[in-house]
Amino acid sequence: MTVDPNMLLAIVAMAIATVATRIGGLVLIRFVTIGETQRRALEAIPPAVLMAVIAPTALVTGPAETIATVVTALVAVRLPLLAAVAAGVVTVAILRMALGA
Amino acid sequence: MSDTGFLPDFRAGAMAMAPLIVAVMPIGLVFGAVAAGKGLSGAEVTLMSALVFAGGSQFVAMDIWTHPASWAALAFSALLVNVRHVLMSASLGGKLQGFSGPAKYASMLLLADEIWAMAEMRAKEGKLTPAWFAGLAVPFYLVWVSTSLAGALLGAFLGDPKVTGLDFAFPAVFIVLVMGFWKGRETGAVLAASAAAAVLTHQLLPGVWYIAAGAAAGVAVALLAGRRQEALA
Repeated sequence: MTVDPNMLLAIVAMAIATVATRIGGLVLIRFVTIGETQRRALEAIPPAVLMAVIAPTALVTGPAETIATVVTALVAVRLPLLAAVAAGVVTVAILRMALGA
Repeated sequence: MSDTGFLPDFRAGAMAMAPLIVAVMPIGLVFGAVAAGKGLSGAEVTLMSALVFAGGSQFVAMDIWTHPASWAALAFSALLVNVRHVLMSASLGGKLQGFSGPAKYASMLLLADEIWAMAEMRAKEGKLTPAWFAGLAVPFYLVWVSTSLAGALLGAFLGDPKVTGLDFAFPAVFIVLVMGFWKGRETGAVLAASAAAAVLTHQLLPGVWYIAAGAAAGVAVALLAGRRQEALA
């Protein structure tokens, strides 16, 4: 249970970068007025970022991941988050076994 | 909401967050196990989860982790992955009327995708109080940190996350969150542009540029769609 100074530096650097993004928005709205265009851009960011994060896994990793993505999304339409996540995890595990991936 | 005290409001926030708190447990365990596999000690895993508290960037960090760790590359990738927080705190910042100045900044330090999404939903009903937000954020934070440590210590017993499918828990949460942002055809165009740009960039460039590329493409499409609507109106 030790902390390597190099690791500590990396972790603190990540933390500072992350804190900057968390506080950044509060600072930003003090200087920029949010009009219709800015509001539109703000609203598009969360789904666009989330989609970008999952796109390589969902689309170009393999058939098991792509099918599990579709299953997760479809289950999420009707059932709560945990059920959808469980469906995705079970689907990917079964398909990986079945497809030998 | 002056008629409710701190504790009932805190409890209500925690109850609203309960399903997400359960969902983050396997993700925390997987993160801890993956990090331990990369050679991080239990203390280092705990420190990272406590100080960074941003699952997406922590997983990306494990993807690009080197020995010795390159602090500049890790900080830059954390900045890229988490730049969405700027927009989340900008969006939520205008809805924190019941918060004092320091409380606004303190609450944004615990901003995460899931917390932000729940807080936005609550703000739509006009009932977002500091106590309710604390109920959302504090238990979620503590569970994230403690399950990361548990994952690091138990890593070997959890089995290979690829076999159990647990490595998919994290993308699955993001898929569900994406579905929550669906508001019709325009969202479809934003998602399609983001996915296409992200996949293309992911194939061509190393590192986490694909996240920035997807975000930029999605925002560009949203702005174009907005301009077309204004031209038609």
